[in-house]
Amino acid sequence: MIQKIIDIGHNTLNTIATFGRAFLMLVGALCAAPKIKNVRLTIQQIYVVGVQSLLIIIVSGLFIGMVMALQGYTILVNYGAEGSLGPMVALSLLRELGPVVTALLFAGRAGSALTAEIGLMKATEQLSSLEMMAVDPLRRVVAPRFWAGLIAMPMLALIFSAVGILGGHLVGVDWLGVDAGSYWSIMQATVEWDKDVVNGIIKSIVFAFVVTWIAIFKGYDAIPTSEGISQATTQTVVYSSLTVLGLDFVLTALMFGIN
Amino acid sequence: MTTRKTELMVGLFVILTIAATLLLAINVANKGLASDDQTYTLYAKFDNIGGLQPRSAVRVGGVTIGRVDRIYLDPEDFTPVVVLQISSQYNTFPDTTSVAILTSGLLGEQYVGLQPGFAFDDPYILANGDYIEDTKSALVLEDLIGQFLFSRDSE
Repeated sequence: MIQKIIDIGHNTLNTIATFGRAFLMLVGALCAAPKIKNVRLTIQQIYVVGVQSLLIIIVSGLFIGMVMALQGYTILVNYGAEGSLGPMVALSLLRELGPVVTALLFAGRAGSALTAEIGLMKATEQLSSLEMMAVDPLRRVVAPRFWAGLIAMPMLALIFSAVGILGGHLVGVDWLGVDAGSYWSIMQATVEWDKDVVNGIIKSIVFAFVVTWIAIFKGYDAIPTSEGISQATTQTVVYSSLTVLGLDFVLTALMFGIN
Repeated sequence: MTTRKTELMVGLFVILTIAATLLLAINVANKGLASDDQTYTLYAKFDNIGGLQPRSAVRVGGVTIGRVDRIYLDPEDFTPVVVLQISSQYNTFPDTTSVAILTSGLLGEQYVGLQPGFAFDDPYILANGDYIEDTKSALVLEDLIGQFLFSRDSE
C-alpha cells in the first residue's frame, strides 16, 4: 500500500523533473545570442526537415483535397449545393487539416529523425565531446534544429493547404463538373484572410513549436542505448501526435468557438 | 558544393511557400482574372442584388455563358450596377432581353439569369457597353414575408 503511494510520488516527481529539463533545454538553446555561423546551420536543417518533407506533404495534400472534394460532392449534390464545395474544401483545409495533418506527418517524417539523430549523438558521446571542446551542444546542435522546425512547418502547412485546394479543384471541377466560377467565387466570398488563413498559420506555428520541442528533447534526454533511442523515437511520434490533436481542440475553441 | 545545393533547395522551398501563399491570398481571399477567351460587356441596373458576388455565373436556360465582372453603386441614383462579361460566342441578344437575379437550388449561390426576348422584324442587338433595361431584382425573403403579412392584414 505504502509502496503504491511511493510509486505515485516518484512518478509525479519524475514527470515534473522531465518538464523542468525540457524547459531548461529550450531556454539554453533559444536564449543564446545568434551567430552568423548558426544561420548556416539552420539553413542546413531547414533543408533536412523542410525540403525533404516536401514530397510527402504535397502528395498527401493533393490526395486529401481530392478525397474531400469527392466526399463533399456526394453529400452536397443531394441539396443542390455543390457550389459550396469550394468553401468546404478550403475552410477545412485552412482551418484544420492543413495545420494538423502537416504536424502529424512532420512528427512522423522529421520529428522521429531529429530524435534518433540527437539520441545517437548522445549515445556515441558526440554531445559530450562538443562540450569538451567548449562548444555548447545546445547552441550548436539543438538551436538550429529547433529554429528549422519552427520555420519549416508553417511553410509546409501553407503548401499543404494550397495543394489540397488545387486537388479539390481537380476532382470537383475537372472531374465532377462543379462550375469553376462558383468553386472559386463562393470560396472567395466565404474565406477571410485574417480569420481563416492567418489563424491556420498561427495554429501551425504552435504545432511546429510543440512537435519540434518534443522531438529534440526526447533525443536530448534519451537513455543512451540502442533500446533507449528506439523508445525515444516512438515516444516522439506518439506524444507529439497526441499533443497536436489535443492542442488543436483548444486552439479551435479559442479561435472559432467563442465569439 | 553541398552547402550551395542545400541553399538552392531551401531557396526553392521558400519560393514554393510564397507561391502557395499567393495562391491562397489571390484566389481564396481575392479575385484574379481567370478567363482569357473573348468576351464583351453588358451592364444591368438592379434595385437589389441580394447576395450576388463578382465571378457569379451568367446563365441562359442553365447554360453558363459568362460571369459577373464587378458590381458597383451608381453614384447618381444609388442603384447597384452589375457588369456582366459574356462570351463573344453569344453576341446576338435582342434588346428585349430581360435579366434576373436567381438562386440555384433552395439555398444555393445566386447567379444572373438572362431571358432572351422576342426578336421582332429588325431587333436592336445588344452590343458591348449596352445597358439591359428589363431587370428583375433578387428575391429578398424578408420583403416576401412582409408582403405576405401585409396582404393578410388587409383582408
